[in-house]
Amino acid sequence: MRRGGRPYGRSVTVIATESLTMRYPRVTALDRLTLDVAPGVVGLVGANGAGKSTLIKILLGLLPATEGRASVLGLDVATEGPGIRERVGYMPEHDCLPPDVTATEFVVHMARMSGLPPAAARERAADTLRHVGLYEERYRPVGGYSTGMKQRVKLAQALVHDPQLVLLDEPTNGLDPVGRDEMLGLIRRVWTDFGISVLVTSHLLGELERTCDHVVVVDGGRLLRSSSTADFTRTTASLAVEVTDSDRHPDGAAALLRALDGAGARARAEGRLLLVDMPDERVCDTVRDAVAGLGLGLVRMEQRRHGIAEVFRPGDADTPAATADPAGTGPAAPAGPDVSRKEGDGDAAA
Amino acid sequence: MPQPETTAPAAPAAAPPPGSAPDVIHNIGYRHYDGPRLGRAYVRRSLFAQSLRGAYGLGRSARSKVLPMILVGVMCAPALVVVAVAVATKMNKLPLEYTGYAIYLQAVIGLYVASQAPQAVSTDLRFRTVTLYFSRPIERFDYVAAKYAALSAAVFLLNAVPLLILYVGALLAKMPIGAQTLGLAKGLVGTALMSLLLSGLGLVVAAATPRRGFGVAGIIALFTFSYAAVGTVQSIALMQDRTPITPWLGLLSPTTLLDGVQVWLLDVASAHAQEFAPTGAAVGAVGVLLLLGTVAGCFGLLMRRYRKVGLS
Repeated sequence: MRRGGRPYGRSVTVIATESLTMRYPRVTALDRLTLDVAPGVVGLVGANGAGKSTLIKILLGLLPATEGRASVLGLDVATEGPGIRERVGYMPEHDCLPPDVTATEFVVHMARMSGLPPAAARERAADTLRHVGLYEERYRPVGGYSTGMKQRVKLAQALVHDPQLVLLDEPTNGLDPVGRDEMLGLIRRVWTDFGISVLVTSHLLGELERTCDHVVVVDGGRLLRSSSTADFTRTTASLAVEVTDSDRHPDGAAALLRALDGAGARARAEGRLLLVDMPDERVCDTVRDAVAGLGLGLVRMEQRRHGIAEVFRPGDADTPAATADPAGTGPAAPAGPDVSRKEGDGDAAA
Repeated sequence: MPQPETTAPAAPAAAPPPGSAPDVIHNIGYRHYDGPRLGRAYVRRSLFAQSLRGAYGLGRSARSKVLPMILVGVMCAPALVVVAVAVATKMNKLPLEYTGYAIYLQAVIGLYVASQAPQAVSTDLRFRTVTLYFSRPIERFDYVAAKYAALSAAVFLLNAVPLLILYVGALLAKMPIGAQTLGLAKGLVGTALMSLLLSGLGLVVAAATPRRGFGVAGIIALFTFSYAAVGTVQSIALMQDRTPITPWLGLLSPTTLLDGVQVWLLDVASAHAQEFAPTGAAVGAVGVLLLLGTVAGCFGLLMRRYRKVGLS
């Protein structure tokens, strides 16, 4: 059922690049990019024009790199492109759906274009459309769909031939916040439920942290940072605490801040909230005892993960997360190919 | 362990337990595909079949069926009339040659190519569906070959069906079966050549632009202007008594080129007036080369057109 029996199921590396360079006459899209991506959901983050789409085209074997090497599922992109494209699904950033056919017809056709026999193509198309959340509407022409539904059809055509890896180029583009969350949840399920590895690109750092096991940040075609999401969001986890004021402590937050300082917990005020650094669970007890000791009412106490964006904020260089902060190490530092996940780590974020 | 956890409550592959509520259908879970993955030849055949059906509006919206079906009717109507007259008046020979049918009805065939060639390629370009093809095991050659073959087959059928009507009618009118069969065979060979020629030209024009309207207009312009221009220049040449060059001028439009090739290759009468007919062995031989060269050239241009398009 799962991929254990397949030759690629056990591969520790889904995507590997080595000094991958792509130069156009006027611009260098990729600059000596070295990556090593393990199975799971990997986010590729960068501003528009950072080289994300170029990387995907090279990985699909459609664009020859100027220098360097890359392999996908153990297949060389330069020589084994057709083999890669048989095992990989691709969801482009732009619209790619003809409006006058139904989602079912379209996905069936795309399944056949991947080599699935007619009966299997119909069955897989129906299954896949259901998995991405399209039900009765799949019998209507795509032209009348909302952006969210179109994105689902695009995802379905990338999954219909049961690939071992999907490359999703900006799948949340153009979606409203709810649609964005649904799409990100769906992408997460592609790995957790379907067992298909995912490389997803975005120019928004924040939205990938909930979805991805690892985030690779590229800028100007260079690797800026590459590491497990858990690594740098967990180390910066904090506890948001809000308390009432009392007669004895007209500014409850300030009083608690002083008390916590005395108890050895690091905290800072952010408006009415206190953000308490949370190296472990015991901090919760410290906060509870401090609040009780002051006789304040506890309005809220919630664990909060810092967004990746916060981690990258230059002002945070003095936080304990500084080791994980590229503002300190800088893009010049040789950011190592550090995406390889720890054994069993894949379930942590599920 | 690379295997992911599943969040589905039941074993994913297991059938839902009997008696469970209908909403459990969502929990069947993802099933992997372990069946065969057929190769490029299968993909090419599938794309060919889909494009051929699409050229007659099958598998597309009802509106897309209207024009192809009307044109099929228009193509068949003269054949039916000819057959009716031939049977009623007990002719012993059809009033026209099988090879001439496509040339008399060239406007209808031209309109068909102009409407369906853009449908075959411009929509994929316009909606950028080509990207999805080329991110699959399919290669540029497979795509171009499938599309070219599909449109050629569609055009072939468009003219072959009325030829068959003529043939059946001729047999019903008790015309000599040998001569009629030979005539039909020649007609079908000519139809095949015409299909390759017109489809190639149509696809090259259509693939040049993602705008369907431009494609339609471009193809109509190419076919009608070239035919009209050849006729006009031939008339001028005749008036100036330069008769030796008039057959050569006939090579310059698709329809007259086809006529010349049929006259030389299949030994049939020209469908054009005597003085305009592109006749003569040299003209015919050059015409055959030109026709085959054009077909190959169109294929090459299409291959070139799609060289970068999958990367957009």
